[in-house]
Amino acid sequence: MAAAARLFLRGANSKLSIAPGSLGTTHAAHFTFQPDPVPSQYGPTQKMNLFQSITSALDNTLASDPTAVIFGEDVAFGGVFRCTVGLRDKYGKDRVFNTPLCEQGIVGFGIGVAVAGATAIAEIQFADYIFPAFDQIVNEAAKYRYRSGNMFDCGNLTIRAPWGCVGHGSLYHSQSPEAFFAHCPGLKVVIPRSPIQAKGLLLSCIADKNPCIFFEPKILYRAAVEQVPEDPYTIPLSQAEVLQEGSDVTLVAWGTQIHVLKEVASMAQEKLGVSCEVIDLQTILPWDIETVCKSVVKTGRLLISHEAPVTGGFASEISSTVQEECFLNLEAPISRVCGYDTPFPHIFEPFYIPDKWKCFEAIKKMINY
Amino acid sequence: MLASIASVFRVTAWKNGAALIMSARTFTDFTTRATFEIKKCDLFLLDEGPATQVVLTRDEGLQYYRTMQVMRRMELKADQLYKQKMIRGFCHLYDGQEACAVGLEASINLSDHLITAYRVHGYTYTRGGTVKEIMAELTGRRGGIAKGKGGSMHMYCKTFYGGNGIIGAQVPLGAGVALACNYLGNNELCVCLYGDGAANQGQIFETYNMAALWKLPVIFVCENNRYAMGTSVERAAASTDYYKRGEFIPGLRVDGMDVLCVREATRFAADHCRSGKGPILMELQTYRYHGHSMSDPGLSYRTREEIWEVRSKSDPIAMLKDHMLSHNMASVEELKGIDVEVRKEIEDAAQFATTDPEPPLEELCNHIFYNEPPFEVRGTNLWTKLKSLS
Repeated sequence: MAAAARLFLRGANSKLSIAPGSLGTTHAAHFTFQPDPVPSQYGPTQKMNLFQSITSALDNTLASDPTAVIFGEDVAFGGVFRCTVGLRDKYGKDRVFNTPLCEQGIVGFGIGVAVAGATAIAEIQFADYIFPAFDQIVNEAAKYRYRSGNMFDCGNLTIRAPWGCVGHGSLYHSQSPEAFFAHCPGLKVVIPRSPIQAKGLLLSCIADKNPCIFFEPKILYRAAVEQVPEDPYTIPLSQAEVLQEGSDVTLVAWGTQIHVLKEVASMAQEKLGVSCEVIDLQTILPWDIETVCKSVVKTGRLLISHEAPVTGGFASEISSTVQEECFLNLEAPISRVCGYDTPFPHIFEPFYIPDKWKCFEAIKKMINY
Repeated sequence: MLASIASVFRVTAWKNGAALIMSARTFTDFTTRATFEIKKCDLFLLDEGPATQVVLTRDEGLQYYRTMQVMRRMELKADQLYKQKMIRGFCHLYDGQEACAVGLEASINLSDHLITAYRVHGYTYTRGGTVKEIMAELTGRRGGIAKGKGGSMHMYCKTFYGGNGIIGAQVPLGAGVALACNYLGNNELCVCLYGDGAANQGQIFETYNMAALWKLPVIFVCENNRYAMGTSVERAAASTDYYKRGEFIPGLRVDGMDVLCVREATRFAADHCRSGKGPILMELQTYRYHGHSMSDPGLSYRTREEIWEVRSKSDPIAMLKDHMLSHNMASVEELKGIDVEVRKEIEDAAQFATTDPEPPLEELCNHIFYNEPPFEVRGTNLWTKLKSLS
């Protein structure tokens, strides 16, 4: 084990040395953001980063839907990540307002707003704080339509929360709780990888007649910059996107990890001559089983990667379903490169996250199986 | 006589020789105890409150001064280290609120229990942590009080339960600790702190109910520093009378910038709890000079004038210094001597904190569960397993 650890450290060269006093090295990000090409089908575009694309989506929503309201902690001045800047001034304080510090209250209140017919967009300040609201989301929001025989629903509710590791977040500002919610029928869980995706997916979530949780990778808020269409547009939910076609290995991830896998794919092509197919799952629940399975049937190998701990992480669901559907097509066991089964660490973060070297190693093992 | 000569020599040792100036005034010149008039507390569901005339002895005064000065300098050092990127992540500083921690600790025993939220550096010190351990925890080194695994928000001592990142979550825990005290019959109590923002969390009201119902020895303390991150109390709370929020729990509103006020109120509250009357709520009106955390400049929601006003009129350390000097309980040089000593202590601790090695990689998976024998933790790949020891 210690040998494996040392191997990873050696392989990781400069980025992951945990030598005593080696402080400057913890600043390097574990990924490089790779922007998508400029979309031409949605009209004029503007350079925006992730939080600006979210603001744009919310702006479009408040303009077109008179019942839409945005609320959460500190959203009035623009939000701690600046996702709601300018909206209160533009649309009024009865449409963009602060709530006190009470996540359970925020979501419960949001469910009520949605059931009564208005479009509710609730912000939870960090995904790590969503747990006081877990009961409201799982027991109330998700089951409203089912338990009332379709008489009531809170489909107008969308919950947004910053998600994922950020380099220095430590235990309570870095969590990826999508797996907890994936276990709950009645909800939709969506995670974008970039500004263009974020705006389209967020608008789809808001329009979708089901309660949706939209996790925004906080490390990308400023780091991800793309040309994003100014007008509203939607990207369909529950459709995974094949970013890069390949023939040897299928790589599946969502959010920030996609950028890691894209780099891994080019590393694999360069160093091993292995052609990788990269798929962005985008919607965690309900997930696009068909696209992933079709890809695995073609390549025979699957690697799934996420920051959340491996046991019970969403990769386990994908892995299990794929082996059911594509058993005879598999050339090697499905690989899951995920976080360790520990709380998200403080000082050990660079070692904890599933970076490109760990994914690369996993591909090597799969190819040589 | 001999005692005062001995004290003079002790002082000389402090200042490494240049203290002959001080020995010009022997300690028999200083007043050993003086009475002070303190602000009356606002009461809720109480017929009488804490005393308004309190006695402060010279030793107590010097001890409070020293402790508050350590806390102040420690926070300023942490600020410096953060800006140098030696400390990363989240760092919530306590300067301005020192009187709360010191006043509270003065009226309870170390065997009593205390739990608070994330602005903990001060409490970790008053509850028994050393500055070295605290600073090493901030920089994430193995000498840290949580072995470098917790960071700024997660510091613990034997009767100090942290150090909790999730707002409001520590309050039910505090009530549980109090229940254990009752159950074990050890006459201990639990001081359970939270902020003005957290006061709006549902769990707190649930805890009020349980504590009152079962007459738990809890002192709920709301440290009202007027701002929950950037939201002022008027914008967040339907009622800013946090000491009345307990509804059926008696409450006190205390001037949290005066260490004597806090001490007296805590004494009153502790007596209340220990006599079996059940919980009590104290609102400490205090102020923080820094922003919410190091990523908050603290100026977008309040003015520099406001901060300056509080600093010049109600700074806890300045107030105590004033009390002591005006009643001839200490000399300016003596207090300066303490300042110098404190500064050195903090420098040494910072030196330790920046040079101590980081925790070894093996620590990543330790202490997940309590387990014997050690078990294996699944890692990022199928074949990676790390050992977890506890």
